[in-house]
Amino acid sequence: MAVLVIADQTGGALSDNTHKTVSAAKAIGGDIDILVTGKDCKSAAEAAAKIEGVRKVLLAQSDDLGHGLAEAVEAAVVPLMGGYDAVLTPATSQGKNFSPRIAAKLDVSHISDIVEVVDASTFVRPIYAGNALETVQSSEAKKVITVRPTAFKAAGEGGSAAIEDIGAGDGAGATKFVTEEIVKSERPELTGAKIVVSGGRAMGSAEEFQKVIEPLADRLGAAVGASRAAVDAGYAPNDYQVGQTGKVVAPELYIAIGISGAIQHLAGMKDSKIIVAINKDGDAPIFQVADYGLVADYKAAVPELMSALG
Amino acid sequence: MKVLVPVKRVIDYNVKPRVKSDETGVDLANVKMSMNPFCEIAVEEAVRLKEKGVVTEVVAVSIGPAQAQETLRTALAMGADRAILVQTDADLEPLAVAKVLKAVIDEESPNLVVMGKQAIDGDNNATGQMLSALLGWPQASFASKLEVSGDKATVTREVDGGLQTIEAPLPVIITADLRLNEPRYASLPNIMKAKKKPLDTKDIASYGVDTAPRLKVVKVAEPPKRGGGIKVETAADLVAKLKNEAGVL
Repeated sequence: MAVLVIADQTGGALSDNTHKTVSAAKAIGGDIDILVTGKDCKSAAEAAAKIEGVRKVLLAQSDDLGHGLAEAVEAAVVPLMGGYDAVLTPATSQGKNFSPRIAAKLDVSHISDIVEVVDASTFVRPIYAGNALETVQSSEAKKVITVRPTAFKAAGEGGSAAIEDIGAGDGAGATKFVTEEIVKSERPELTGAKIVVSGGRAMGSAEEFQKVIEPLADRLGAAVGASRAAVDAGYAPNDYQVGQTGKVVAPELYIAIGISGAIQHLAGMKDSKIIVAINKDGDAPIFQVADYGLVADYKAAVPELMSALG
Repeated sequence: MKVLVPVKRVIDYNVKPRVKSDETGVDLANVKMSMNPFCEIAVEEAVRLKEKGVVTEVVAVSIGPAQAQETLRTALAMGADRAILVQTDADLEPLAVAKVLKAVIDEESPNLVVMGKQAIDGDNNATGQMLSALLGWPQASFASKLEVSGDKATVTREVDGGLQTIEAPLPVIITADLRLNEPRYASLPNIMKAKKKPLDTKDIASYGVDTAPRLKVVKVAEPPKRGGGIKVETAADLVAKLKNEAGVL
């Protein structure tokens, strides 16, 4: 049994999502190798080599891989799959983009967004926006899986795996990268943050969102999230969206401000350890999942919260 | 130029799903069903391409039970020109859906496929990517902006850190994200007109594709419920509770 984990890295910095996916691989069992794909990302491979329990690290680099083009990643992974029984990828936007392609090329099903490994062929995954948990069993020779990182603890460090450069693969597809706009932030990354402060439609404008949510997040060292309504209205950028089709977070503390709590939003945050809701509508569904609810207008409550934090 | 839009009939967005007591699935009896919201966005985008004069024909296709005709009529009322129902009562996995769509595409030869990035029932987010891989067509997933000019598509995609723009030659597979557009409501006259638009029903067996399930569903269970919380009176109380009781500050 051997499992390949596809690393999550940006600009040579290895994301914790990789460590969490390694934990899911350990639950499946067997030898674990990590494939790092990108451009100028040797440092990510070096970081991956230090994860405990990893046999070896494969490094594939090219311009197309650096832009995360799905066709290029698929072409780098599929030829390796002769040597593996399963391939696990963190269920990030990037992972979701290429992983089903690998399954299609291998003519096997794709097992999306698992939250538990029951045994080497049985997995639990949320469906219907997390309103149900489906246990599926695969009897296929190869398992192609995306892993919800927040559902697994990060694997520790202390390994010293060898790094093998495997070149780029012959992946140049017809798709061409043009440009990207990546939001630069000093704040912690949303899916890995210990505290998340999220704002909803009640903010009413992008200016108000920045004025209310961001200072509180900075005071707490938190990441900033948003409801779909706030993102659709343009109050916050798309990569802030927490929910069924946005990012899934499970921090120690999730503070929802002016968010009503549609099931699609709850799907993205209900596994948080402690949930705080501040909303002036005492009947808002968010209070049904909140550990601590404050029925108040955020305009008064957030400044009071800031001063109570000192 | 022709655009194909696959659409799925799913539980309505506003209905809270309930797990069956025997843990075999989600109870869909007497539950309101609608077009998957991401598919609505895909139909809207295809119709806008037609209104802009970029494409000449919008073909909606659904793989599902006889009732999926209603979903296709909705697509026709939004502005699709004709519809194809590939009829089956089986609940197909994404790989099977992608294979049937490939067979439909082999017959229809569209220049562009615009489809939802995920269905809100299975939450797989896989069919579009699989279809692209099976066809060997370029893939542009999670689109928030689409421009088609000449024989190429320029697509802005929602990615982990923000937005990425890529371009690809046609034919191409586009999967729609939430911000691509805001779908229209079909007007009453258009709903009436849609009843007269062509809707072909085909037996799934006629495509000769292996759609047998690959995965065994062992059970479908309710997620653990969160314990009841409390209401606090003031922000100061809240901070005190978070520090002393929850220990998270």
